Amino acid sequence: MAFASRRLGKELTKMHDKLPPGIALVKADDFKEWLMDIRVIDTNPLYDNETYRLKFSFTGSYPIEAPEVTFQLSTAADTPRPIPWHPHIYSNGIICLDLLDRQGWSPVHNVESICVSLQSMLTSNTKKERPPGDENFVKYNTQRPRDINFVFHDNQV
Amino acid sequence: MTLKRASDDIDRSEPAKKPTPDTTLHTALPATPLTTASANMDSDDEFNSSQVSDDEFMADQDSDVSIEDDSDFDIDQDDVGFESQDKDIKPTKQTYEVDFIVYSPDQIQGHQDKQVDEVSNILGQPPESTAILLRHERWNKERLIDHYMEKQEETLESAGLGETSTTNPPRLEHVKGFVCDICCEDGPDLDTFAMRCGHRFCVDCYKQYLYTKIKDEGEAARIRCPGDGCNRIVDHKSLDLLVSSDLQARYHELLMRTYVDDKENLRWCPAPNCVYAIQCGVRDKDLIRTVPTVRCDCSHFFCFGCSLNDHQPAPCALVRKWLKKCEDDSETANWISANTKECPKCHSTIEKNGGCNHMTCRKCRNEFCWMCMGVWSEHGTSWYNCNRFEEKSGHDARDAQARSRQSLERYLHYYNRFANHEQSAKLDKDIYLKTEKKMTQLQNTTGMSWIEVQFLDAASQALQQCRQTLKWTYAFAYYLARNNLTEIFEENQKDLEMAVENLSEMFEKPIDLLQGLKVEMMDKTSYCNKRRVILLNDTADNLQKGNWEFNVTL
Ligand SMILES: [Zn+2]
Ligand SMILES: [Zn+2]
Ligand SMILES: [Zn+2]
Ligand SMILES: [Zn+2]
Ligand SMILES: [Zn+2]
Ligand SMILES: [Zn+2]
Repeated sequence: MAFASRRLGKELTKMHDKLPPGIALVKADDFKEWLMDIRVIDTNPLYDNETYRLKFSFTGSYPIEAPEVTFQLSTAADTPRPIPWHPHIYSNGIICLDLLDRQGWSPVHNVESICVSLQSMLTSNTKKERPPGDENFVKYNTQRPRDINFVFHDNQV
Repeated sequence: MTLKRASDDIDRSEPAKKPTPDTTLHTALPATPLTTASANMDSDDEFNSSQVSDDEFMADQDSDVSIEDDSDFDIDQDDVGFESQDKDIKPTKQTYEVDFIVYSPDQIQGHQDKQVDEVSNILGQPPESTAILLRHERWNKERLIDHYMEKQEETLESAGLGETSTTNPPRLEHVKGFVCDICCEDGPDLDTFAMRCGHRFCVDCYKQYLYTKIKDEGEAARIRCPGDGCNRIVDHKSLDLLVSSDLQARYHELLMRTYVDDKENLRWCPAPNCVYAIQCGVRDKDLIRTVPTVRCDCSHFFCFGCSLNDHQPAPCALVRKWLKKCEDDSETANWISANTKECPKCHSTIEKNGGCNHMTCRKCRNEFCWMCMGVWSEHGTSWYNCNRFEEKSGHDARDAQARSRQSLERYLHYYNRFANHEQSAKLDKDIYLKTEKKMTQLQNTTGMSWIEVQFLDAASQALQQCRQTLKWTYAFAYYLARNNLTEIFEENQKDLEMAVENLSEMFEKPIDLLQGLKVEMMDKTSYCNKRRVILLNDTADNLQKGNWEFNVTL
């Protein structure tokens, strides 16, 4: 864990100092799991006035190994956190993004850069859709996100 | 369980015999005509020799004319191969069998070295660079040579061999003002490394990165630079510099694996710790017409198409569908395959402790079939239909609810039998292990030879193999749409099932009887094997000709 915690410690210091607009640190009590909130800054009718919560899970090999990142649903009245509509986001919060996949991940990425990437992924989206097969996937998938073999058919979305 | 034969149909089985409890353990064999036994043994031998000898293979290979107009033909002939082989040209022993060769790690290395040498001569590159180039092109020799002749520098560059890596070998450097993008550490005395792409990281991070790729992710030939979006492959000189010696062995092992992984006609044996690879000419597109079971030298039977355990006669696509269905429906189906049931007559609990399906209730002596819970006496006769699901006529299933109930019943019918054979194979194996122990004791106390007890091993193997086949006949049958061929299939299935149950029943006899039943057991063993071959040949033949109709698309 030493490897991951040294790096995460540095990331945390930097994030306390400054974060890009629309990104907020919610919880980082340890070096295993962090919560972040993101908002879409540019106007997009799909996401206006909503905030989304991201859950980051790290292994001891982070950042050599990608973190596991999912959207987390919260129905609390004061802090509602829905799962954003997107053709690459399943309704259970699992994200199909090559950046988070073994092949697409680079250890130079960090929590902040992932948040920024997801933010821009939402900003440019115009489809109020779920990935094909969402219902079955959500019902039957028992794998951890990192073990799923997604096919990245269209990277422009 | 009692030994009982309800039929004296000679065509179907060996002569009925009353069990003669032998009081002495090592007397002569019971009075069964020896001719029957030897005849059966001959046929048994024939059926068991499923593998064509190497010599025959080589001879065939030499006489193999190359097929130049085959568009799929992308690998050279002097490669390990049979890519151009046509099953029609080269007849196999049984319709259900395919040709294959087993290779040891040394042989694989040999093939690899031979190709590297050859291409090295053509390209004028040293062997180590050639190996990298070949791995980079996934061992496609023609493609590599084409690319190289067309755009030499670009080809070298993309394989991580660009420019003059000899005049400027990779080395560690100290760089002023450097901050590592992975660990975020900085400092003037930090050892750093970068390939030609210029993505520089501290050595600790680079090493950690390579360690994870090699050790955890099993990558070797195509590890990319850790830089974001950088496609540069970490070349072997850089790896030699950065990878610790304890990881080198694993790294080279993985490099060898890529050779087999990249070749469509090669596949690793999936048995744990097995080091052999199998070569077979069956391609993915052939899998709707054939079920290529191969046998590794470690004696593991597996499907060359999907690497799962032998699943003949069901084609890979049906196996995938079936396993998925069983997984999805496991809750509905699990209770069926449980190990305890009630006697259909007196309702006392009965536990299955052997592979045999012929149950006798201890309490009321009712004899019944474990699978269908029907009376056993009917199971050896011509109206036996434990294996067939009786489709109800259309008007029985008018509303949706009735239809869904019927479809569940149908599924459970096949699932129940599928699961039962799986379970029985395990129980048969348990019994064999126990028997094996006793046979060892017998050998020690009576001087019976090791050879003399081998009939039990043969019986056990036949049971395992036949149950494996039977198991998959039920998945196969589930997807089978009725036509004029299904009846023959069900007959074959039923005959094999009866043969297996007969042998299985004998297997559960007390140890002192087993010795006396040797000849009979050998008879039944070879009869089982024979029925299995008949069934597999019939299904394979019709699959090849596209005669089966399935209620799903393959
Ligand atoms: Zn570093
Ligand atoms: Zn790079
Ligand atoms: Zn093997
Ligand atoms: Zn298969
Ligand atoms: Zn009873
Ligand atoms: Zn039955």
